Amino acid sequence: MSITAPSGEYHASYREDMTIFPTRNTRIALWVGLALLACAPLVFGRYELGLLINIGIMGIAALGLNILVGFTGQISIGHAAFFGFGAFASAYLHERYHIPVALCIPLAGIATALVGLVFGTPAARLKGLYLAIATLAAQFILEDFFARAQWFTGGTAGRITEPFSLFGWVADREESYFYVVLAFVIIMFVVAANLMRTRDGRALVAVRDHYLSAEVMGINLAYYRTLSFGIASFYAGIAGALYAHYLLFVSVEAFNILFSIQFLGMVIIGGLGSISGSLMGAAFMVLLPEVVQAGAEALSGSAIDRALRLGASISFLREMAIGAAIILFLIFEPDGLAHRWRLVKAYWKLYPYSH
Amino acid sequence: MDWALLVPLVLNGLIVGALYGVVAMSFVLIYKASQVVNFAQGEFLLVGAWVCWWLLTEWQLPFYAGFLVTLAFMTLFGIILQVVVLRPLIGEPVISVIMATIGLGIFFQALMKWIFGVFAKPFPPIFPADRVLVFGLQIQTAYLLSLGISVLIMLGFAWFFTASKHGLAMRATAFDQQVAQSLGISVPKVFAMSWAISAVVSAVAGIVVGIVNGVSSALSFYGIKVFPAVILGGLDSVVGAVLGGLIIGVLENLAQYVDAEWLHWGNMYTVAPFYALIIILMIKPYGLFGTKAIERV
Repeated sequence: MSITAPSGEYHASYREDMTIFPTRNTRIALWVGLALLACAPLVFGRYELGLLINIGIMGIAALGLNILVGFTGQISIGHAAFFGFGAFASAYLHERYHIPVALCIPLAGIATALVGLVFGTPAARLKGLYLAIATLAAQFILEDFFARAQWFTGGTAGRITEPFSLFGWVADREESYFYVVLAFVIIMFVVAANLMRTRDGRALVAVRDHYLSAEVMGINLAYYRTLSFGIASFYAGIAGALYAHYLLFVSVEAFNILFSIQFLGMVIIGGLGSISGSLMGAAFMVLLPEVVQAGAEALSGSAIDRALRLGASISFLREMAIGAAIILFLIFEPDGLAHRWRLVKAYWKLYPYSH
Repeated sequence: MDWALLVPLVLNGLIVGALYGVVAMSFVLIYKASQVVNFAQGEFLLVGAWVCWWLLTEWQLPFYAGFLVTLAFMTLFGIILQVVVLRPLIGEPVISVIMATIGLGIFFQALMKWIFGVFAKPFPPIFPADRVLVFGLQIQTAYLLSLGISVLIMLGFAWFFTASKHGLAMRATAFDQQVAQSLGISVPKVFAMSWAISAVVSAVAGIVVGIVNGVSSALSFYGIKVFPAVILGGLDSVVGAVLGGLIIGVLENLAQYVDAEWLHWGNMYTVAPFYALIIILMIKPYGLFGTKAIERV
């Protein structure tokens, strides 16, 4: 939704008014952007592609969480556990039942959604922050389950996964897996954007904005809260499965509460209730540790480095950066990067007469 | 049934549970006064314990001096957090406030790891005798002390909320902020005070645990164990928090016992409270003493 309607665009019907890409220029930008992304493996090295793949995967998971937090107004502190469940489910389905990986990924999403509903059902019926606390419990229960269920996760040794393959085309390198992630990102984001334009999507927003009014309008609160949690878990499961087939190895320890908080950070930083913001938040969160690392390396050997032991404590610095980023965004930019992006666009639209 | 094993376990559970109760009380204090669910409660324990440890080892202060300086520091710490981070968020949605406390939590946890390292460090010896005999059971002196301190803090809370002017102001604020304001109570001051008291009380708990187990980032897990306790007791009940803490403390020890005797799953000590949490949410979400204002939908 643009702040000012550009001239020359006349929307004559509601249908036109509600398209995801409202003007001709945005549609052109979309296709050009996609074409550029498709060329990325030709230009970038494996490191940059790895970052892009990570951004895509985290973006899908963050989008799921944004549907829950940003659009429905519920909060989940166990997103990483569901992400991990998706990863293990996909690996398990492939190894145990020899289902092709391309099919395992959506199946893992469905399995994760079901697990999410088990934890979400008691809490989604309650008002307020009870879902937050229930998902906190889910985080620890699932983490414990991962460590214990040898048949499912491979226990402490972890589980080796097979690369993604489709009709004989094997995506076992960054260059090829990039296209798989890109395809999933496009599908999941288009689905989410469309979901928010449907009756169900508007119901979720109504539940967030004023639950009493929503109920009076005939929206079944329990149903939509549970549904939203199911969708969030589904997205987490898909992203987790993609992650598993990217790393080709899933370890039990990866899906801890810090990871869950990172997902929440992506949603806050990207912008609550913004589809594109989820991807921006994911990009911020993936790139932040790299920036911290680069900063520490630039200082290595200097007096500051020796005094503060930067090199040895880089992982703590990253955690601190995540925490600080969340707090600073909440205080100074509560609408997130998506809002800032809109402001930047509006500024240039009127440049140089922006006042 | 092995009674010789069970009795110490229950006793241990009660002692640890009393500490949970103290932390839960300080959690409920913040929640009642300012409607903030504080996910950084465990970091209060952590910061308090590390500061006290640092004063005692680096500065060689005697225990009582270090203890008092730590409490003074935590008062300031709580007030500064409230004023700098939480006050700008008044009026923002609940999600933002929760996220801010989560952000604070990981920030201070990482900061403490950075400054003091990841390994547990023991407190210098404080008591002449390490263990004492009570009813034929060997009990660590620090545990007895912690039980004593817990009971003292609880009595202090009871006095504070029923007899002192500030405590009554706090209760009035929790009841209705506008009415409290019109009666001349400074609501921002009450908020800051609740954070300060909560930080101080948590730090005391943190120091006690630190004396027994050594100081490490594992302390912040107390802040998470608080949730089963407060949900069981009722999110806005101080008495419920104490009782919830005791029950959770005993429960996790019993779960460990059952696990060791029959189940052999392992790790039940950590996870059992969270199973309990899910079950409580299903059958009695407002807890034992909480306000039954929860609307089921």
